[in-house]
Amino acid sequence: MTLADPRELAAADLGTALDEVPAGPPRGGFRAALRRLWRHRSGKIGGGLVALIVFCAIFAPWLTPYDPLKLDMIDRLQPPSWSHWLGTDELGRDLLTRVIYGTRYMLLVSCVATAIGATGGILLGLLASAGGKWTDMAVMRIVDIMLAFPYILLLLAIIAILGPSLVTALVAVGVASMPGYARLVRGEALSVRESEYVEAMRVLGAGNWRITFGTVLPNIASPLVIYTSYTMPLAVLSAAALSFLGLGAQPPLPEWGAMLVQSRSFLRTASWVVAAPGFAIFFAILGLNLLGNALRDVLDPKART
Amino acid sequence: MTAYIIRRIAMTVPVLFGILFVTFLMKALIPTDAVLALYSGQVSEEKAAEAIAQIRAKYDLDKPWYQQFAIYVGDVARGDLGESIRTRQPIVDEIGYRYWNTLVLTFASLVVALVVGLSTGIASAYWKGTWIDEVAMGIGLLGISMPAFFFGLILIFFFAVQLRWLPVMNAGDWKGLILPAVTLGLIEAAPLSRITRASMVEVLSQDYVKAIRAKGLPERHVIFRHALPNALLSILTILGLQIGGLLGGAFIIEVVFGWHGIGELAVKAIGWRDFTITQAIILVSATTYVLVNLVVDILYAWADPRIKLG
Amino acid sequence: MSELLQVEGLKTHFQTESGLVRAVDGVDLSVNEGEVLGLVGESGSGKTITALSLIRLVSPPGKIVAGRVMFGGQDLLQASEREMVQLRGDRISMVFQQPKASLNPVRRVGAQIAELFIHHRGASRRAAMNQAVELLARVGIPAPERKALAYPHELSGGQAQRVMIAMALALKPRLLIADEPTTALDVTIQAQILDLLRELCRDTGTAMILVTHDLGVIAQTADRVSVMYAGQIVEERPVARLFDDPRHPYTRALLASMPVQGRVAPRLGAIPGSVPPPGRMPAACRFAPRCAVRAERNMTICTHEMPALYPVEGGVSRCWCDAPAEATT
Repeated sequence: MTLADPRELAAADLGTALDEVPAGPPRGGFRAALRRLWRHRSGKIGGGLVALIVFCAIFAPWLTPYDPLKLDMIDRLQPPSWSHWLGTDELGRDLLTRVIYGTRYMLLVSCVATAIGATGGILLGLLASAGGKWTDMAVMRIVDIMLAFPYILLLLAIIAILGPSLVTALVAVGVASMPGYARLVRGEALSVRESEYVEAMRVLGAGNWRITFGTVLPNIASPLVIYTSYTMPLAVLSAAALSFLGLGAQPPLPEWGAMLVQSRSFLRTASWVVAAPGFAIFFAILGLNLLGNALRDVLDPKART
Repeated sequence: MTAYIIRRIAMTVPVLFGILFVTFLMKALIPTDAVLALYSGQVSEEKAAEAIAQIRAKYDLDKPWYQQFAIYVGDVARGDLGESIRTRQPIVDEIGYRYWNTLVLTFASLVVALVVGLSTGIASAYWKGTWIDEVAMGIGLLGISMPAFFFGLILIFFFAVQLRWLPVMNAGDWKGLILPAVTLGLIEAAPLSRITRASMVEVLSQDYVKAIRAKGLPERHVIFRHALPNALLSILTILGLQIGGLLGGAFIIEVVFGWHGIGELAVKAIGWRDFTITQAIILVSATTYVLVNLVVDILYAWADPRIKLG
Repeated sequence: MSELLQVEGLKTHFQTESGLVRAVDGVDLSVNEGEVLGLVGESGSGKTITALSLIRLVSPPGKIVAGRVMFGGQDLLQASEREMVQLRGDRISMVFQQPKASLNPVRRVGAQIAELFIHHRGASRRAAMNQAVELLARVGIPAPERKALAYPHELSGGQAQRVMIAMALALKPRLLIADEPTTALDVTIQAQILDLLRELCRDTGTAMILVTHDLGVIAQTADRVSVMYAGQIVEERPVARLFDDPRHPYTRALLASMPVQGRVAPRLGAIPGSVPPPGRMPAACRFAPRCAVRAERNMTICTHEMPALYPVEGGVSRCWCDAPAEATT
C-alpha cells in the first residue's frame, strides 16, 4: 500500500462513504461486538499477530540473549543459523533481536501517532460542529487545504520544518491524519446533533458542552473505531517509510524502517538483512489490517460475514 | 458544461492560494538558525551578523509577512521558485527534468495499477464468493499490507539480482522504468481492485443488469458495455485520491530505485536542510495533485449524463 | 388454441443464512398462444421468482432445483446458457416492475433499444437506430427522434415503461412476461400502459404472463388466472369464472378484500393473518392457518395433508373442499 488516503479504502469496504455509517453504538453493544470479534476468523489471526507484537514489546529483554545495539565485528553478516535465527547484520547485531526490539517502536508509533491524530482531529471536528458558522467555516477551510496535499507531502512539509527524527516522524504522522478525522467527526457529529434526542436534551436545558462530550462523542464511536482501523496500519507504514527515507528514526535504533536504510547494498550478498525487518513491517501491518477487517465486520451495521 | 468548468476552476483558486500560503508558512516556521547553519563556523561572528542581515534582506525577511507573501506569490506566478540554498542555482532548473521524471513514473504506475486493479476487481465481482474472488481478495489484502519500498526491494532481489533481467539501479532508459512502475503499480492496484470489486458488485446487483440480461445480450456485452461504464463512473470519483497515493508512493519508490524525480530530491533536500527546494517541490506536487483532481472532476461531469450541468 | 408454454413442478429454492427458503415450490402453469395469463398473489408469494425462473434469471443464492419449462418443444431448464441468451429478448421477453431502474442510466435510450436488433438480428447500427425510433413512436413516445437520444433519467416513469415495452416487443416474441408492469406508476398512467401492452400483444400475436397483486388489473386484462400462495398455485381458472365463482378459500378472501368494481384496487391485506414465514411453512395445506372455511367446518385433514390440484369447473383448485370424495378418505 502506498501512503494514500484511508477514506478511499473505507468507501470500498463499506460500500458507502464513512460519513454515512450510521452513528450510535454497534448492534448489541460493545461487549457483544467484542465477542463477535473473537469468533471472527481474520479477527483471530490479526488479533494473534498484534498480541504477539505486544508480547515481544513487553518481554523483549527476556526473549533474546543478545543486545540490539551492541556491535560484534566477528559475527558480521552471518546467515540465519541456530545461534542467530534470522542472521546478523553488517555490524554483527542479531537480526531477530533487533526485530523483537523493533516491536516497541512499532507500537509506539501506532499508538502515539494515532492518538495525536485522533485527539487533534476529534477536537477540531467537534469544534467545527459545535461552534458557530464562522468557526465551522474556518476549521473546515484549514482541513480542506490540508487535504489538498497528498498525504506524504504533509509529512515531508512537517519534517522539513521540525527536522528529521523519530519524534518528528511521530508528530508528522499524527498531524497529517488530523484532517481526515476532523472531517469525519464533523459530519457524524452534525447528524447526531440533528437527531430528536439531542433536540429533546436541548429542550431540557442541556448545554452545548454536555451535548458535545456527553452525547455526541459516545455516539460517533463506531465510525471512529472503523476509521482508526484504517489509519493505524497507515501510521505504522508511514513511520517505517519515513525511517527508511532517513527522515524518521535514525540508525542505530532497531526501528524496522531504519534497519532497511542501507538494505539495497546487501540484496546481492546478504538478503536476510533486508528480509528480517521488511517482513516484520509487512506482518505487523497485515495483523492490523486483518484485525481491522474483523472490526469492520463486527461494527458495520450492514456487516457481511 | 462550460459553466460547470468555470465554477469548478473558481473553486480551485482558493485551494491553490491555500497551498501557496502553507508553503509560504513553511519558510516562516523554519527556524532561521537552520538557514544560517550553513554559514556557521565558516566566518567570524561579525561577519555572520552581517551575512544574516544580508540574507534577511535578500529573502525579504525584513518586510511584514503580507508583503513577503505577496512577493512570494508574485515570484511563483512568474515561474520563479527561488534558488537553492546549497547550490545557489535556480530551483526551476534543478527540478524541471525531475518533475517530468516523476510524472512519467506516476503515469506508468497508474497504467499498471489500472490494468491490474480493474481486471482483478471485475473478475472478483463477477465470480463473487468463488475461489477466484477469495484468491484475488487475499492477494489484495497482502498488497494493502505490503510497504511499497519493501516490495520494491523484493522485486529488485528477484528480477535484478537473481534473474538479472533488469538493472538494479536506474540507468535513465526505459528498462529502468519497468521495476519502479511495476512496484508502485502493483501496490496501488490492491486498493483499486477492492474499490473496483465493490462498485462492480454494486452495479451487478442493480435492476437494470437483470433487465439487460432479459434482453438476451451476450454476457460479455452485459459486463463490459453496460455494467463496467457504470462502475467506472464511481471509480472515477476516487481516482483523484488514487493519483495522490501514486504521487506519494512515487516519492518513496524513487529513493528505492534511484529514480531521479522530485521525490528523491525532496528527501535529499530535507537532509541537506535546503528548505527552499523542499518548499518548491511541495508546492509543485500539491499543485499538480489539485489540478489532476480538477481534471478528474471535470471528466466525471462530462462522463456522467445524470449530472446536471449549468 | 395451441399450447405455447407448459411449466410442471417448478421449484426454485434459496439457501439463506436462516435456512432453505422454498420460494417457488412445485408450480404448474400453462400459457396458450396469444393468451393473457394472470399470475396473481400477495407480495412474497413467489410470483416474481416464478417469472424469473422461466427465463432462468434468478440471482444467486436462488436456484432452480426441479421442474420442466416446456417452450417450443424444448425444456428451457435443460437448454444451454448460450441457447437461453439467444432466446431471451427474442422469443421470450420481460417487462419489469421498476421501469426507471430497469434502464442503464448511462446509455442513451435509443441505443438500448437498438442493441436488440444488432445482437439478435445482426442489423447495422444505423438501421437498428432507425427501427428504435420507429418503435418509440409505436409505443406513443412524443418526438421519438429526440427521445431516442435522451438518457433514462430524462424520461418520466410512464415513458420509461413505454420504452421497456418497446424493447420487450421489438422482436415480436412469442411470450411476454410482465412483472407488475404498472405497480410503480401513477394511477392515471396505469390504465394507459395496460392498454398499450394488450394492444401491442394482440398486434404481434404475443402471449403474456401478467404478474400482479392487483385483481383489478387482472379483471381488465387477463384471459385466464393462476392464483399463487406461498410458492404454490392454489387455483387456476378462466377470468370470468374466477370472479363469479371463486373456489379456493384464498381466492375468495382475495376477492372479498377487493373494493367494488370501478376504481383500481388498493393493495391486498384484508385477509387475517399473514403468509407463514419460510422456516415455519406448514407441511399440509399452506393456507390452512388463515383459512376461514377450515375454521368454520373444523376440517382436520387441512392441517395434516397437502391437497393436490383438483379439477373444478373450468380449471383446478388446491383445496380439500374440492377434492373428490375418494381422495379425502
